[in-house]
Amino acid sequence: MWGYVGRRLLQLIPVFFGATFLIYFMVFSLPGDPIAALFGERPPPEAVIQTIREQYHLNDPFIVQYFYYVGGILTGDLGTTYSGRPVSDLLVQAFPITFRLAMLALAFEAIAGILLGLIAGLRKGKFFDGSALVVSLLLISVPTFVLGFILQYVFAIQLGWFRTTVSAGAPLGDLVLPALVLASVSFAYIVRLTRASVSDNLGADFVRTATAKGLSRRRVVSVHILRNSLIPVVTFLGVDVGALMVGAIVTEGIFNINGVGGTVYQAVTRGEGPTVVSFVAVMVIIYMLANLLVDLLYAALDPRIRLAK
Amino acid sequence: MTKEQIMSIPTVADETSAPLLEIRDLQVGFKTQRGFVPAVKGVNITLGAGQTLAIVGESGSGKSTTAQAIINLLPGAGKVTGGQILFEGRDLTKISASEMEQVRGGQIGYVPQDPMSNLNPVWNIGFQVEEAIRANSNLTGKAARARTVEVLQEAGLADAADRLKQYPHQFSGGMRQRVLIGIGLSARPKLLIADEPTSALDVTVQRTILDHLATLTRDYGTSVLFITHDLGLAVERAEQLVVMYKGQVVEAGNAREILANPLHPYTQRLVAAAPSLASRRIQSARRPETTDHMAISDIGASDDTLIARADKREAGVHPDLITVDHLSKIYNIRQRGFGKTELRAVDDVSFSIAKGTTTALVGESGSGKSTVAKLVLQLETISSGSITFDGADVAALKGADLLAFRRRVQPVFQDPYGSLDPVYSVGNTIAEPLMAHKIGDKKSRQARVRELLDQVALPASTINRYPNELSGGQRQRIAVARALALKPDVIVLDEAVSALDVLVQGQILTLLTDLQAELGLTYLFITHDLAVVRLVADNVCVMQKGRIVETAPTDDVFDNPQDQYTQRLLEAIPGAHFAFAR
Repeated sequence: MWGYVGRRLLQLIPVFFGATFLIYFMVFSLPGDPIAALFGERPPPEAVIQTIREQYHLNDPFIVQYFYYVGGILTGDLGTTYSGRPVSDLLVQAFPITFRLAMLALAFEAIAGILLGLIAGLRKGKFFDGSALVVSLLLISVPTFVLGFILQYVFAIQLGWFRTTVSAGAPLGDLVLPALVLASVSFAYIVRLTRASVSDNLGADFVRTATAKGLSRRRVVSVHILRNSLIPVVTFLGVDVGALMVGAIVTEGIFNINGVGGTVYQAVTRGEGPTVVSFVAVMVIIYMLANLLVDLLYAALDPRIRLAK
Repeated sequence: MTKEQIMSIPTVADETSAPLLEIRDLQVGFKTQRGFVPAVKGVNITLGAGQTLAIVGESGSGKSTTAQAIINLLPGAGKVTGGQILFEGRDLTKISASEMEQVRGGQIGYVPQDPMSNLNPVWNIGFQVEEAIRANSNLTGKAARARTVEVLQEAGLADAADRLKQYPHQFSGGMRQRVLIGIGLSARPKLLIADEPTSALDVTVQRTILDHLATLTRDYGTSVLFITHDLGLAVERAEQLVVMYKGQVVEAGNAREILANPLHPYTQRLVAAAPSLASRRIQSARRPETTDHMAISDIGASDDTLIARADKREAGVHPDLITVDHLSKIYNIRQRGFGKTELRAVDDVSFSIAKGTTTALVGESGSGKSTVAKLVLQLETISSGSITFDGADVAALKGADLLAFRRRVQPVFQDPYGSLDPVYSVGNTIAEPLMAHKIGDKKSRQARVRELLDQVALPASTINRYPNELSGGQRQRIAVARALALKPDVIVLDEAVSALDVLVQGQILTLLTDLQAELGLTYLFITHDLAVVRLVADNVCVMQKGRIVETAPTDDVFDNPQDQYTQRLLEAIPGAHFAFAR
């Protein structure tokens, strides 16, 4: 298994270079002059512009710029923003906040989603199942920002249970409401996925055999239905880690969180190549690590999948 | 037969002791979208301690539902609506859920049908056996583990101790069934319900497992309730027989007496349709008269014409339409790391099929028979050797020639549920090959579909229906009609009747024989069922581990098998030597 993990980690290298190259190329091809974006209405003297252009290698062809960038990464220098801040500073500041938000959302959607899905699946066709289906459909069809504003209005402004916006350090308590909003759509999918999976397994032959052995209902459900039903859900959760990190842009906007979404958005509008590329590269790596974790979990849940192919 | 008659049938057990299991006027139904559908309508069954009883019937007869009702394993929509199930005098339909948990496993064991789907794929074997032991005894920890090994060894897994940590997919079908039998008998229950316990297994494995089961239950004094569709199995393994039809018991009593002398018309039909080694090849009612030659000489045809006709017939009888020559198929299987092993699925196989005849390829699972079918159909590439069809090397066919070959060689597969597209109407399914090969226009295709439906004895109204509205037998008729659409010369039938009930199987086999006589078709018949072979085949090739071990005309194979493996196969057929009423 460790050989498998090693090989998967080695795969990160080409993917890292491929992803950074593509993103660098795309940012490079964006219209607009970074200098103009930086200084706005009043352009600085020509000499200053030239110095900045030299400093950031803006006069060199694309491929040279890319190699300067990669060279920087290898020596631990992720470059600086046009305002002079090191990109690594931004990364260290923004990622933990978004990561905390995404993990909180993930925990919520996994625990609540699987639980509700399990109950709905076991009571297929009953009242609970019907309500779960209606609620999940509602969550899927209402756009995140609408739901975000509604929850913000009801729970933060009217009831005052939460802060309206998240304070600077983004403590966990402040992130609960945004995490609920962020998780809502995936939560609905997980309820439905778990429900379908559970109700499939409920009719499986091995479940009938487990019952015939004389096992209690509780044991049949927890040992024989739940584990088998989690296999597709785990796959979804893995893919969702990436989606939550990226999808946080809207939620971060509503609750004024200074996370990855806002930073990348600003960097894109300013045409700050190094910032955008660094952030996206980190996201790609997170996404790949999450997928690796899912594959390992998958093999742990389903012994038929052998990793050392 | 009335209720009184059934009740009065004497049991072999001591008349004075109360029966172990007594089912009285049992009614079971299912909630469906079209309302409540009764599945079991007033069934009475009595089983004494230490006895074996078999319930036989076709699918839908309610035999499995009856068995599942005993320990309330009915699927969610099923419900017992009336009657009693008395087990040692206690009515199991009245007890609570937790009391039922005590009865299940501990007092009544259950061995399910399909070993592939009845073990949870994500838990290891040891875990699944041990949890049954823990649920039905006070054993824990080391003692439970020791008992697990013991149970598996008793069930015939000699190396159980080393295999506890292995998962179901690492076990063969026969081994898994042993595990399930071990689980069923782990608490030494008084009654074992065996629901088609071996119908998914090869015939030789089936024999070993049933022998073992018989030994165990005799040693423990366990009563066994067999559910089966196989009359041979019933007569060989059970003292008493209950025949069910449409949710009711139509005949009950001593197994051998019933099958030797069935009284109810349904039992008579069932017994008559049971393929056994005593059967003979089905002769078509529509077979063209064989006295053609004589008739002509009677009306005084000239010698020249006669000789010409004779030559033609001589030439027409013998030429081989398909010749398979030293055929091999090798699959490379990836191993751990970078290693590869070769699997010789088909190993140096040679046979030929004369036009208008049926050749059966018989063997157990893994014998390579289905691979041969795929190679003949050109669905897989040949590793070495050759297949010649009508003088042309099949492997060399490309483009239009290959298309023409496909037009002449058509398949019918095993599973009539899986091989028809559920969103295609019957008419579209049958017309699809015509469209694929651009034959005729819309109108002529419609006409052809009607003609084909008529040939397979289905009403023309079937054309607009969908597969899920039809029974298994009807679906298989449609698969045959689809295969016939292009007027092929050869039909490759891969286990085409294996999934069907015995009566339906008989109908399809008769249909195939009639069509062969009418259209001069050549069949390659792939099956694991020797009894079916006897009904349809002219020649038989017995395959084992990729090789043909015996090739001979059908009667020779059955009356005088040469190869040891063929003899073993014949020996293993349940009820092989029982003379069914004809």
